[in-house]
Amino acid sequence: MSSQLLSANHAAALATTLAARANRKGKGFVSGVYPITPSTECMEYLCNQKIEKGRVVRVESEHSAMGVCIGGAAAGARSFTATSSNGLAYMVENCIAAANLRLPVVMVVANRTLGPPWNIWADQGDALLLRDAGLIQFYCASNQEVFDTVLSAFRLAEDGRVMMPVMVNMEGFILSHNVAPVEIPQQGLVDDFLPLTDIPHRLETVPHTLGQVELPHQNECHRFQHHTAMLAAAAIYDDIRAQFEPIFGRALQGALVPYRCDDAETLIVSMGTMGITAERVVDDMRAAGARVGSLRLRLFRPLPVDAIRAVFAGKKRIAILDRNIGLGLGGVLWSDTRALADPGAVVQNYLTGLGGGDVRPEHIAKIVADIAAREISGAPMLMEAV
Amino acid sequence: MNDVCNTAAIFRQGNTNCGGCGMSITLQMLRRAVGANPVHLVIPACCGAVAGGTFPQSTYGVPTIMSTFASAAAVASGLASVASLNGEGTRVIVLAGDGGTFDIGFATLSAAAERNEDILFLCYDNEIYGNTGGQRSSATPQGAVTSNTLEGKLEQKKDILAVMAAHRIPYAASVSLAHAEDTQKKFAHAVAQKGFRFLHVLSPCPTGWKSEPALGLELVRLAVRSGLWPVYEIFDGKRYTVSIEPDFSDEALGLYLSLQRRFQKSGLTAADLRPAIERNWQSLRALSGRIIPGKRESREG
Ligand SMILES: Cc1ncc(C[n+]2csc(CCOP(=O)(O)OP(=O)(O)O)c2C)c(N)n1
Ligand code: SF4
Ligand SMILES: [Mg+2]
Repeated sequence: MSSQLLSANHAAALATTLAARANRKGKGFVSGVYPITPSTECMEYLCNQKIEKGRVVRVESEHSAMGVCIGGAAAGARSFTATSSNGLAYMVENCIAAANLRLPVVMVVANRTLGPPWNIWADQGDALLLRDAGLIQFYCASNQEVFDTVLSAFRLAEDGRVMMPVMVNMEGFILSHNVAPVEIPQQGLVDDFLPLTDIPHRLETVPHTLGQVELPHQNECHRFQHHTAMLAAAAIYDDIRAQFEPIFGRALQGALVPYRCDDAETLIVSMGTMGITAERVVDDMRAAGARVGSLRLRLFRPLPVDAIRAVFAGKKRIAILDRNIGLGLGGVLWSDTRALADPGAVVQNYLTGLGGGDVRPEHIAKIVADIAAREISGAPMLMEAV
Repeated sequence: MNDVCNTAAIFRQGNTNCGGCGMSITLQMLRRAVGANPVHLVIPACCGAVAGGTFPQSTYGVPTIMSTFASAAAVASGLASVASLNGEGTRVIVLAGDGGTFDIGFATLSAAAERNEDILFLCYDNEIYGNTGGQRSSATPQGAVTSNTLEGKLEQKKDILAVMAAHRIPYAASVSLAHAEDTQKKFAHAVAQKGFRFLHVLSPCPTGWKSEPALGLELVRLAVRSGLWPVYEIFDGKRYTVSIEPDFSDEALGLYLSLQRRFQKSGLTAADLRPAIERNWQSLRALSGRIIPGKRESREG
């Protein structure tokens, strides 16, 4: 184990390199990559690594980047890509294909606002385009978490019971370009953690056809199978965590990160780095006697419904922060989770940090003050406008 | 298991292709060329994807993946990478329509050719979007009526082989299904050759061409005879060889037009097409160095 100063982009690429090398005795590693700010440095780093039995294909578009991953995984290789924003939007068709074909591609998304008008800063709306597409989604809040989540994403995606793409999200610039110390394991430990990639439906020599026409009933069965497998992935992820710790000597973060929630009356709910800021605010407010807690979702698909409901239970006020806006309704995290609160609880949506706005402790303190004054929930509120 | 793959048809009986479909013939010919080579097939959205039939039965007798419409060459690049990393010798073959080649798949195709991926890209060109009911593509010839060019298409067919030659790929060729020996030779060469290979097959489509199913190969023969469909090879983007000499007869051209109802509405005649054919052949002669030896390059070049 060594500690290196790395940006989250480089941490993701290094985790991928180790995972790629770990499959050298299997079918190898194939990746398709294409640059876009703020994800570019991830693919550049990967392109500069020596991977025996690995190939990183420098393609002409994100659509083809995922196309290459589909081909690589369909032939049985470990596969990976990284992108952001419009790159992800351009890739969507093939992300859906990879998911439907149940190919365990791992992808890293440096979350960024979709345009034009161009804006290169953090917004989770890009990844949320694929909320319902059959890809597992994690949202990270530190460089170490990005490294660990990417490594375990390969394990989760390739688990025979899961077999689907996993997307690991990090906010653009806030994480992607921020340099921090990251604990890096030796190759041998990664080899112990990651079994050789085994994709049972890969193309070999027996004739069979992937992705052919399906009749309605076959299609609904396949999609429900996919849905069921995704629901089961949360428990499988917990198994993987249990194996991660003895190998690497540190804990892998769970699906949810509750912080000082137990006796809290008011809860701040978020995804990504806003959750870390919220924890600081909780500490400050607790010191002043307020009963506040924070819940950070790391796993958004499958949505850990029961676990969230358990944290929400008994809470009177729940502030849900969204660094995204589902136009015509409100924040996506809010719309997905508001029904999990106790009846009568005040559940208020705060749209915050859209288009890369900086969410600072004072913003979150203002949110807590706002919800404290509420008797009933209102319409989603744009915080910067307050 | 290998035997299953290596001796069975690539394209099995009982498929849903229209009678007289050129793509069916193409796949039968491909089978022979493939021989004992292990093959992975990539098929983007097109009639070939529908022809696969419904899960879990499949018309395809080799391991096959259906890709999104624009992605065949990218998916094939992934498969070919794994084959090469593992020293498997699998021949990765794309079977794409003209839409997945000339139009939506074009950037992907161009990029894979530029990277010289170890792929055989086979375009069966029926000069129309067959799968969606017969709309124009950039491969549709001038004068042909399609469901969205009711008066006949105004623009000329894209010269895809010239574009592929500009990528300096190891091998590109046009194919006439009416000339089985030549087709077989080209298919065999394209399967064996390393690097990016491109085959362009004129693929009769009775449904889209509004022609008699039994006349498909005859139409191809007429297209070749008249000079409308030049049959040639390009090695490394620079060495051109004409495979079949046309007789350039107006009789053949007139018959070709009159046997397909798609050309009726625009009233296109042999005389209308002749100037473009002559221009094409002039440049082909120059490139192949057969009539204008002054510009001939050395074969070793
Ligand atoms: C992204 C996308 N756009 C449109 C379609 C609809 N579509 C399916 S096949 C096809 C046309 C195929 O034409 P071609 O490649 O010439 O093959 P053919 O059907 O003639 O065999 C179209 C437009 C699609 N599947 N995907
Ligand atoms: S529409 Fe044309 S290309 Fe498609 S199956 Fe029928 S004949 Fe073949
Ligand atoms: Mg077509």
